[in-house]
Amino acid sequence: MSPLQVRSVTPRAPVPTVDTAARLELLEYYLVHNEDLARCAQASLDWLARYCGIRRSVCLAVEVESSMLVGLAGYGVRAEDVELFSWPITENDDALIASLERTQPTTFRAARANGHPVRPVPVTPLGSAVPFTAFPLHGTRPQHQAVGLLLLRGGTTPTADLVWLISVLGQKMEQIRGRGSLAEELRRLRRERALFFTIINSVTDPILLTDTEGRLIVANARAERLFAATEEESEGRRRAVELNNMLFSAALSRTVVDAPSEARELLLVDPSDGSDLLFEVLSSTVEDPREGTGIVSVLRNITDLRRATEQIEENYQKLRVAEAAARAERDRLNLIIDSVADPIIVTDPAGATVLMNAPAEELFTVALDADSSAQRNVQANDAHFSSFISGLLLGESGPGEIRRGEIGLANPNTSEPIPVEAIAGKVMTDTGELTAVVTILHDRREALERARLYEQLKIASDELQMRVQSATAELATQNELLRRQAIELEQASRLKSQFLANMSHEFRTPLNAILGYTHMLLQGVAGELLPNVKRQLTRIDSNGRHLLTIINEILDITRIEAGKMPMQITEFNLNELVPEVMAELDPVIARSKLTVTPRLSEEPPIVQSDRQKVKQIVVNLLSNALKFTHQGGIDVAVLMDHGDGAAMISVTDTGIGIAPEHHERIFEDFRQVDDSPSRPYGGTGLGLAICRRLANALGGRIVLRSDIGLGSTFTLTIPLDAPQ
Amino acid sequence: MTDQRSPLILVVDDYQDAREMYAEYLQFSGFRVAEARNGNEAVDQAFALKPDLILMDLSLPGMDGWEATRRLKADASTRHIPIVALTGHALAGASEGAKKAGCDSFVTKPCLPDDLVVEVRRMLENSSQPRP
Repeated sequence: MSPLQVRSVTPRAPVPTVDTAARLELLEYYLVHNEDLARCAQASLDWLARYCGIRRSVCLAVEVESSMLVGLAGYGVRAEDVELFSWPITENDDALIASLERTQPTTFRAARANGHPVRPVPVTPLGSAVPFTAFPLHGTRPQHQAVGLLLLRGGTTPTADLVWLISVLGQKMEQIRGRGSLAEELRRLRRERALFFTIINSVTDPILLTDTEGRLIVANARAERLFAATEEESEGRRRAVELNNMLFSAALSRTVVDAPSEARELLLVDPSDGSDLLFEVLSSTVEDPREGTGIVSVLRNITDLRRATEQIEENYQKLRVAEAAARAERDRLNLIIDSVADPIIVTDPAGATVLMNAPAEELFTVALDADSSAQRNVQANDAHFSSFISGLLLGESGPGEIRRGEIGLANPNTSEPIPVEAIAGKVMTDTGELTAVVTILHDRREALERARLYEQLKIASDELQMRVQSATAELATQNELLRRQAIELEQASRLKSQFLANMSHEFRTPLNAILGYTHMLLQGVAGELLPNVKRQLTRIDSNGRHLLTIINEILDITRIEAGKMPMQITEFNLNELVPEVMAELDPVIARSKLTVTPRLSEEPPIVQSDRQKVKQIVVNLLSNALKFTHQGGIDVAVLMDHGDGAAMISVTDTGIGIAPEHHERIFEDFRQVDDSPSRPYGGTGLGLAICRRLANALGGRIVLRSDIGLGSTFTLTIPLDAPQ
Repeated sequence: MTDQRSPLILVVDDYQDAREMYAEYLQFSGFRVAEARNGNEAVDQAFALKPDLILMDLSLPGMDGWEATRRLKADASTRHIPIVALTGHALAGASEGAKKAGCDSFVTKPCLPDDLVVEVRRMLENSSQPRP
């Protein structure tokens, strides 16, 4: 408030009578505290106490807004009584309120004094003590209701100073109250405007009020960031703002023309960083009688919404991909599960079937139109399986535990029993919750069939084993019998050999005498013999000798067969044997008139062998050659074969030869090619048999190469070192 | 033909024909001959006559030739007399057994008298050198 206004009021105050300085002091106070009604009132009561000696006073004021008479200040009374005092002024019949309408003071006395009906005396901050006097405080217009009351004790007659104070205080109160209400109005408007801006600024969406041309009238802070720029701001920002205004105007004009109430999308630029911002614009037309038509637009930032939408879209795509992958995985799993020949069933923790493969479907599902037995079989199968699963679900078992059981199912269509082994495992989540039970049913028929076959096989095998055992036992018996037979045969053979040996001894004893005496006679022991006697004795001698040869050969065979042919291994030269053999057979050679040609080895054929036996063989071979050759000659050849570590003596004749089919036969005992009683060649037929046995005993062999009319070659091959 | 200084041969054989045949031929060949029919006689004759050589058949009744040979070779007075074994047993081990018993030579029957005389002469020549 300006001081001029105070001065304009002051001349209307009554002239001070008591103390000018004191009155000026109060007025000065009024000037200083010209806004504060309560302090002015208090200063007035203080002044009354100091200068007029009024020690107890209360100032009340009419509050227009609330229509109440309220306590404003007090002196000599309790402060809270003043503050708490409040009296409605609408009570017109109330004495205290009535006093406001008067220009003169009203004195309140005890109601009982003159028998008047009892009217309550208002209780004031002065207390219930009566009497007291209420002085109405009027402003410059006394015809109006007083602006307040000054309450003093007793029926006081007002002094000049009191009248003066009542006058200036009334005016001051009216003044403060009148101005106060104007300022209050202004403040209220300002507050409301601030509140309005606070509200619209607090809205996160830009809000704009434009005229029909799109010019900005009101914008909140958010809108200003987009559509307003000062000269100081950067070029880029101003450009962006300019662009935004253009875009907004264009959008607004379209909105107004096309569909005013419809939301539209508007793409603007963020002036601070240049990024795109997407808004949804909601515009509505407002009619104001003073301002004309305006358009209120609310821009809702849907950039994030769009981004979120895109994110959702992207997530949805991802979800679809994941779903597709999961579906593919599931399809693959299904394919795998279906490709398993054994039925597989997945059940949830409640026991309901979640999944089953084709083989399982064959057991647990049936066509709706199937016959009743198939329906019954499926129900039975289901019941058996359910009881198995419930057993698993009820039983306490940890993850990874496998439950096995046997279930007797049946083929729904054929009712053929199918014993199965059920193997069930629990599928747990990470937190140990049961999510599913996977059960595999393994058809045991094959296993049972296999077991049956195995059993049969085992029986057959056992049988076979028994047979083998009995056969083995029989074989052992046979072997034993054979062994005994062999022993018996050996014994018989030995007895035979012994018998032959004895026989030959018995033969030779008389033969010894025959040959001896014949010899002695031929030697002339008995004197000179007549020629014919000598010829006869010679016949006896030669036949005796032949008999001796036969006996000796039989003896040799028996000795060899008895294994009693002792070997005397010495080192000798095979070449030396040839002339010895020829000398031994010299009489025969001379008689035969055949040429015997020795063909000795150039390299000395030294061998380790039984000299006597080798010689015996060669004698035999040459003797045979001489016997069966009638013309031509005989070769006796000695050869060395270092490769085989062997030496050979071969006797080749130009004799009658031997047909190939007889080559083996001639080595048999008592054999000649012609063993008829009328055969033309003598001999026991034991010669070659003995030779072959001797050759074998020396580790060698005799080989014959011959054919009829082509002569024969007998070759004795002996190792350089005879086996011991 | 019998010469006082010609060697004395004791022919031991149970088979009379053979014994007498050898004896006759040895005498014919210039030897003095004594005869024995078994082992006991052979040992007795050998100790009595101290022959220069004994022809000993091994298969004899009673004491056999091996036993007689062992007895003669065991006695110092007869140990030096060469003994030629005569046997019809040509089976393996016959000659080994004879050698083991102490025979100095071994002749297999049948043996012609001529061959026997050759062997007797050979043995006498061999034994004449170491003789004291």
